[in-house]
Amino acid sequence: MASSTVASQNAFVTALQALWAWIRKIPPVYPVFILIFLVLGFLNPVKYQSMNGIMTFLRTASPLAILAIGEMFVLAIGGFDLTVGAIVTFVVLVSSKLLANDPANAAPAILIMLVAGVLIGLTNGLIVSYLKVPSFITTLGMMLVVRGSALYYVGGAPQGYLTDNWRAFGRNYFENVPVFERVPYALIVLIVIAIISIILFNRMNFGKEILAIGDNVRASQLSGVKVRLVRVLTFVLCAVFAIVGGIVIGGYGGVNVTIGEGLEMQAIAACVVGGVLLGGGKGSVMNVIIGAFTLQAIVNLLNLLGLPKPYTDVVQGLIIIGAVAYVGLSSQKKQ
Amino acid sequence: MTTITGTDSWFRRTARSIRIPPVYFFLVLIFLVSGLLDQIYSDGQILTNPAIMLNIVVRSVALGIVAVGQTLVLIGASIDLSVAYTISITAVMSSYIMQGETANVPIAIPAVFGIGLIIGLTNGLVITKLKVNPFIATLGTSLIIKGIINATFSNYTGSVPESFEFFGYGTIGPIPVSIIIMLLVYLVGWFLLSRTKFGAHLYGVGGNSEVARLSGVRTSRTLIYAHIICSMTAVLSGLFLVSQMRSGAPWVGPNGLYDLNSIATAVIGGTALSGGKGDVWGTLAGVLIFGILDTSFNQLGVNPYLKMVLRGAIIVLAVASYTIRSKKEAA
Amino acid sequence: MTDEVEQQNTKSAENIQPILEVQHITKRFPGVVALDDVSLQFFPGEIHAIVGENGAGKSTLMKILSGAYIPDSGTIYLDGEKVSFSHPRQAQVKGVSIIYQEFNLLPERSVAHNIFLGRESAKLGTLDIRKMNKEAVEVLKDLGVEKMISPTSLVSSLSVAEQQLVEIAKAISFNAKVLIMDEPTAALTYTEVDLLVKMIDRLIQKGMSIIFISHRLKEVFDIAQKITVLKDGKLIDTVDSKNVTPADVVYMMVGRALDHYFPPLGDPEDFGDVVLKVKDASNQVLSDINFELRKGEVLGVAGLQGSGRTELAQSLFGVMPFKSGKMELHGKAIAVRSPSMAVRNRLGFVTEDRKAEGIAPRQPIRDNMLLTVRAVQFLFGLIFKDGIRQSRKLVPMLGEQVDIKTDSFNREAQFLSGGNQQKVVLAKWLASDSDVFIFDEPTRGIDVESKAGIHDMIRELTKKGTAVLMISSELPEIIGMSDRIIVMADYRIAGELPAGSSEGDIMLLATGHENGNHEDTLTAIEKE
Repeated sequence: MASSTVASQNAFVTALQALWAWIRKIPPVYPVFILIFLVLGFLNPVKYQSMNGIMTFLRTASPLAILAIGEMFVLAIGGFDLTVGAIVTFVVLVSSKLLANDPANAAPAILIMLVAGVLIGLTNGLIVSYLKVPSFITTLGMMLVVRGSALYYVGGAPQGYLTDNWRAFGRNYFENVPVFERVPYALIVLIVIAIISIILFNRMNFGKEILAIGDNVRASQLSGVKVRLVRVLTFVLCAVFAIVGGIVIGGYGGVNVTIGEGLEMQAIAACVVGGVLLGGGKGSVMNVIIGAFTLQAIVNLLNLLGLPKPYTDVVQGLIIIGAVAYVGLSSQKKQ
Repeated sequence: MTTITGTDSWFRRTARSIRIPPVYFFLVLIFLVSGLLDQIYSDGQILTNPAIMLNIVVRSVALGIVAVGQTLVLIGASIDLSVAYTISITAVMSSYIMQGETANVPIAIPAVFGIGLIIGLTNGLVITKLKVNPFIATLGTSLIIKGIINATFSNYTGSVPESFEFFGYGTIGPIPVSIIIMLLVYLVGWFLLSRTKFGAHLYGVGGNSEVARLSGVRTSRTLIYAHIICSMTAVLSGLFLVSQMRSGAPWVGPNGLYDLNSIATAVIGGTALSGGKGDVWGTLAGVLIFGILDTSFNQLGVNPYLKMVLRGAIIVLAVASYTIRSKKEAA
Repeated sequence: MTDEVEQQNTKSAENIQPILEVQHITKRFPGVVALDDVSLQFFPGEIHAIVGENGAGKSTLMKILSGAYIPDSGTIYLDGEKVSFSHPRQAQVKGVSIIYQEFNLLPERSVAHNIFLGRESAKLGTLDIRKMNKEAVEVLKDLGVEKMISPTSLVSSLSVAEQQLVEIAKAISFNAKVLIMDEPTAALTYTEVDLLVKMIDRLIQKGMSIIFISHRLKEVFDIAQKITVLKDGKLIDTVDSKNVTPADVVYMMVGRALDHYFPPLGDPEDFGDVVLKVKDASNQVLSDINFELRKGEVLGVAGLQGSGRTELAQSLFGVMPFKSGKMELHGKAIAVRSPSMAVRNRLGFVTEDRKAEGIAPRQPIRDNMLLTVRAVQFLFGLIFKDGIRQSRKLVPMLGEQVDIKTDSFNREAQFLSGGNQQKVVLAKWLASDSDVFIFDEPTRGIDVESKAGIHDMIRELTKKGTAVLMISSELPEIIGMSDRIIVMADYRIAGELPAGSSEGDIMLLATGHENGNHEDTLTAIEKE
């Protein structure tokens, strides 16, 4: 009798240990996000415990996630893309003029924007790869070029409004959806981008090569990896995703000149919170998405607590530092 | 004992050691081109009117002062993205404390320098003790400062007494005070970098921190000092701006893109983002390049947005001119 | 050696005390005994060379002497006094300085700044630059190079030889009694080596003691008075360079009981068509490279360090392409301009420095192994379709082939031991489609048991029709594995030898000794 109790106790302990080992592997961003979201739900059940409210949250949080995913690709290869915010400004301002207040122009306008994104990304990638200018400087300069071009094109002020159909991506919902009640278009866009990214990053040679290059450029070169090609494509991807994100943001927020400012920093922050290493070699689409959600959730939480926007900046700053310090110190312990 | 002579000819050795950084060529080139275009398309004042030339320099003072601090930090292989908001908080706090009263000036100035000290110290400690990447660390502090500013102020606050405007507008003889102060800052920066132990150690820390450490350099302390100095220069820039604007506003720092511009001018001036290399005079040349471009664009009536585009392009092309020859892959 | 030095030599034999002495030094690392009960004496005014194959313990010994490592047991005496260093700076201050192969210099700083980093002369924090430069000139004068190197020159503007002189100056400025140099002549040309020798003579005359590690036996005999041979962590002997021949030393270094049996060499009948042919190829470092490689054969590339073997591999692989001459791969004329092109043409390169050039440390072992496979596939090729399932089987299979010890292939490669990391690099290339392999030191740093496995594997490859170019510094490996041997010296091919050549034959060609050079080449040509 005693032995079987001991045996079952041992089995229980082993199971617990296995569970604990699995728990320890979970990236910290998940429990943090869940915790914050639970607190939100506790403080404002109407919004955060209802499907409706959750979907609203997701609508707001999705654009940053889209931008963060694009940024992740560039960070993973060891670079920086500071043009992301300027691209969003570009999309919103230029589209406002292209649309000429005519919904029929929505599709061509979006197409033009996507092509522009490819061109911007190509420029970034080619300069870094062939002129050997560090991506920090390249994208810093390009940020001015892109933003300046946009402002020049619209003469400093929005030239029209963004038509409703164009804004659908950011603003509208699918109504009467079973279970979820209503699903924001923005979330669907995010899901599509996420799926594409997961395939590119985890299930294609492309992603593995990006990580190898970010980790050790020389070893990748010597293994036959076409480093420059991969790098250029990474920047193109980031720029195109920024365009998509811009369309969603514009849809949600409408036109204004300062839109997009600081977004590149937020995207990088979302990635860092999601465990991406600055310098390359690590990345995960899901973690980055949750990182972006976490940042948004924190903003919402602080708003809910009655803290005005400025305090959210302070907290954001503290969290970003804290997240990186935590990751940095814990990886030191591993060694 | 015999002297051993080298295998290289004197000529080749001298040629190797004289290397004029490209930025000075750019400076002269851009000045001449601007002057030329100005002659052709405008009233040709850039080359002829000393007041305009002086104005170019005065416009550059705010950026110029903070660029010195950024140069130091970059040499240490670090970076400071918090300077823009440090400028902002200086502007609003000093203006707020002064409230237009000269009597308050001696209170305001130490106060804001104290704030700068705290900011720089925080940056330095987070980077060296918590081992956080400098990009993230200073980004984080900049957000914290931003939050603190916006929590307390939302618009123009307080005002600056006329006596203080001397900083921004006064002249000693024909030379504006602001230029004198900027030159002083550059001289101090130059002195620190090339004539002090601190400077020698800073180059070591940025060039190869392991070699520095093995040589007995106190790497953490050196870097912390560099960050403190950088924040102080940001404070000084803020004081200059507020003395010109007469009242401080929270958007002063980020609007002027002082963070990214200070980095850009330093890099154009020959300071390497990877550390260990650079000097303040190159940065000054970079700052002046920006100043000339600004002024000549104004003279030529260039659209302000095209100005932005051109500035971005020039940053990239200027840096490309010396990275293009390197054999290492860029990231 | 000059007469003055000879005089010193006799003096030290008489009654001078050793300036540096180690007794019964032992140092262990996980899995290997790097130094086993080594006792040595170093005298002032003497040049003492330490030689031995890779892994013999030379650099461990140097690191212990200079304070970078602490021995597990044994004692160190400096000038008769027992010392114990826990940081290289302590050793420096006491007078023991070391110059590594990769110099510890700041390229963007001046000579004077480099010499005095961390101990600049200053008043109240302000540098006394004039004093620093003056002191630098004094030190440079001590070396006699004050006309050649200016204290204000940027280190990056100096040649490699000049940079080395700056490192020596740094050591002198610490009033070094003992100067240790790791492969001092590796990066120098012949003329520069002459200068270095003059320099060393000068230092000896001041009573300094010089210890250096070198693989270039010719120089060892030209420069050193005493030679100590280490093998497998043990001291074999310390001899006077006057009393032995290079061949003796070589035998002490490499002669070992063949407890390791190599797989049988290939049968010439099995050698197929010429798959790689290089004719009159040159570039900025190599000259007149001519050789052929056939399917199924192992061509050994022997030579001392600095002879150009790795450069040859890099040139073949497109890292440093040939600028002139012809290259034919699989019968097709080709100019390999990049590694990517090389890999696509089924050329593989297993590098020497696996950490820097072979491994992506934070990626899983599995992804490291599959990198070459992926590199040639379509960039957007799905891993799921032809990767995941295949890699589930492929990766463990490879792991077994190269005998990697790990509990999971998903672990990051950086957590593997060095030897295992090398195996991952091997596995990576095995996975690729290559049929011409360049191996650069394939078993360096690998334990004895696994070496045999790798040698078997190389032979297996050739049986399947792969052609192998194998660079190795270990003579038994060259002799045991090569169907033919080319020997490199001074960035050229010094000669070609058939299978079964002796270690002596190889070493003589490699050390560039005139006698034996022509004879062996003639013999080789006749045998063809």
